[in-house]
Amino acid sequence: MSDEKKCITCPGCDGARDPKYDEVDKVIAKYRNLEGALIMILHQTQEIFGYLPEDVQRYVAKGLSIPLADVYGVTTFYSYFSLTPRGKYRIAVCMGTACYVRGAGSLVSAFEKELAVKVGGTTPDRLFTLEVSRCIGACGLAPVLTVNEDVYGNIGPERVSGILAKYRDRQ
Amino acid sequence: MERLKLTIDSTPVEVDPGSTVLDAAKKAGVHIPTLCYHPELKLEGSCRICVVEIEGLKNLAASCVYPAANGMVVRTNSEVVRKTRKSIVELLLANHPEDCLVCPRHGTCELQDLSHQLNVRKVRFKGKKREFALDESSIAVVRDPNKCILCGRCIRICENTQKVSAIGLAGRGSRAVVTTPFNRGLAEGPCVACGQCIKVCPVAALRERDASEQVWKALGNSTLHTVVQVAPAVRAALGEEFGLRPGALVTEKMVAALRKLGFNRVFDTQFGADLTVVEEGHELLHRLEKNENLPQITSCSPGWVKYAEHFFPEMLNLVSTCKSPQQMFGALVKTYYAEKFGIAARDIFHVAVMPCTAKKFEASREEMGRDGLQDVDAVITTRELAFMIKEAGIDFANLPDSEFDLPLGMSSGAGTIFGVTGGVTEAVLRSVYEIKTGKELEEVEFQAVRGFGGVREAQIPLNGMTLRVAIVNSLGQAEKILNKIKAGEASYHFIEIMGCLGGCIGGGGQPFSKDPDIKQKRASALYRQDHLKRVRKSHENPAIKELYRSFLGEPNGDKAHDLLHTHYRARPRY
Ligand code: SF4
Ligand code: SF4
Ligand code: SF4
Ligand code: FES
Repeated sequence: MSDEKKCITCPGCDGARDPKYDEVDKVIAKYRNLEGALIMILHQTQEIFGYLPEDVQRYVAKGLSIPLADVYGVTTFYSYFSLTPRGKYRIAVCMGTACYVRGAGSLVSAFEKELAVKVGGTTPDRLFTLEVSRCIGACGLAPVLTVNEDVYGNIGPERVSGILAKYRDRQ
Repeated sequence: MERLKLTIDSTPVEVDPGSTVLDAAKKAGVHIPTLCYHPELKLEGSCRICVVEIEGLKNLAASCVYPAANGMVVRTNSEVVRKTRKSIVELLLANHPEDCLVCPRHGTCELQDLSHQLNVRKVRFKGKKREFALDESSIAVVRDPNKCILCGRCIRICENTQKVSAIGLAGRGSRAVVTTPFNRGLAEGPCVACGQCIKVCPVAALRERDASEQVWKALGNSTLHTVVQVAPAVRAALGEEFGLRPGALVTEKMVAALRKLGFNRVFDTQFGADLTVVEEGHELLHRLEKNENLPQITSCSPGWVKYAEHFFPEMLNLVSTCKSPQQMFGALVKTYYAEKFGIAARDIFHVAVMPCTAKKFEASREEMGRDGLQDVDAVITTRELAFMIKEAGIDFANLPDSEFDLPLGMSSGAGTIFGVTGGVTEAVLRSVYEIKTGKELEEVEFQAVRGFGGVREAQIPLNGMTLRVAIVNSLGQAEKILNKIKAGEASYHFIEIMGCLGGCIGGGGQPFSKDPDIKQKRASALYRQDHLKRVRKSHENPAIKELYRSFLGEPNGDKAHDLLHTHYRARPRY
């Protein structure tokens, strides 16, 4: 297939091969003969693209001459790998028991409404990705959420739009 | 090497080093239930239904992977063992659809069997049922992940035996699922439709795409003339579905049953096989003469052909251009037969009964028809035919014998053995020898090409030259031999490749069987039939001679090329 010829990240360009693939080639060449190469290569490829789109996974499978099912098995096994684009700011609402009991659910709903994406989704402007996380060990502050490295505790749904505005302004 | 002595449920037993506890138990005549284990596949040891107690060991051990050791004392039916097994089945059932009464595997399902054998009477756990969409993208194989118990057998056969890896495990924990990459469906990937995954699936998570409704409809339509062809391997296995002993040859009852179902003509794919031998034999002689496109590789196994298109597109020139027996037959039904009997091709509904799911794919290829009509209108597997016979209330075992219709029901013994690995080679050798030398072949049975080994080789003297042939069954073996040829490490004149282990008798559409010797039994049925045939060589089949005389002209001639030969195309692997 000629998928690799087309750039998949920049709409509107002339369809020349995305130079990011050259970087992937280098990564593959560097690790291909090492044990555990696949995970290493996928890790670095994700750094290059920001996530692991379908065509990129195909490209890696082809580059290593291994079945696509093997690549897909690995990328869906580790939650570290992302198959969808992620926003600049990753919002993670803690769904540990304490947070859940104290209203994390309605917090998630508020974010979903405000951002018009579901959990796991990314806004079209690639600014925000909404995720839920397991207990992050800050139960005293429940309900808790993080935006990238920033931690927010004792948050109610009414503060959602304020938090988002802060990051929008930083843009 | 020293044999290992151990005790299983107080029965002493001796096994070779390297054996597992399960092997030892089998030897001791003790049955241990298994699920993820399959005798033809790599060991996995994930389901733990096969646990046993081993003296001195704190935890229960999975017997299918646990190595037997000297002095070991094993208990396979203690209370803790029984309770553990029951719990495992209950856990599997907790999120399994409660569908048994309307499930195609009702009666052949290993999960059902286990639940019954282990006396599971209630399910103590409540689990969430899974809600995946069915994958019905493929014309041959349907995936129903809701019924999957994640035993991994399908993945192992597809990856190791077939070297295709169309499916794999994705996700983990409670979200783990066997699926195609990106859930794109089997039709989009390199799946070759061989159905070997169906054959090893213990439940109904993988099954053939059922075409019997379509066939019933045609049978009920009095304006259609219904013509059926039946592949050789079907008659060697169909009886199993009706309680007959494995290896029973049920040709005449099968013909009678097809008549009862209402087919207007019951014909034999073996006629198509004879024709394939003549065409492919001449093609081989021609290639040998010109010394080009060698080795010639057989093309009757559609799973293999699709595999070549995905994985070895650069070697497609080696594949014989002959259509498979099914498709040669189909082309003749819609031309020769239609003309001869004055029936319009569009009024003919042509059904093929095959041991194979890939035949469904083959019949649907766009080049397999003319004037907007496909040559084969529907393909059903041996299993689907059995369902139809049961549904019609036919008492199969007590049917009076019936014979195939003429002329397309006439075949030689060479056509019969197409159904088993090595058979095509033997059939071609019987004809090529006589065509090339002009002498009569005295010993028609080529024992050297028989058997089930991975790669079988033989050298046959042929008019001053030595014909080097090789035979493989399964696509993993095909990969090996093709890579050797590419690397210049092997050279042959003729290679027979069958996509499935054992050839068509082990096809993905054959009855489910737990008999470890099933392939041998079905094969011996076909060799028996060959032996009993009056005509043993394809080119001596009188109906074939007549076909060339009155319709086709020369073998490999213009008309033959138009109707009986085809071409291939590269398909993506990724
Ligand atoms: S797969 Fe087996 S257990 Fe599941 S519904 Fe079908 S028959 Fe029942
Ligand atoms: S039909 Fe054959 S190729 Fe396709 S998934 Fe099953 S085993 Fe693999
Ligand atoms: S589809 Fe069948 S063979 Fe494959 S893992 Fe599921 S239950 Fe096992
Ligand atoms: S059969 Fe032994 S672990 Fe599954």
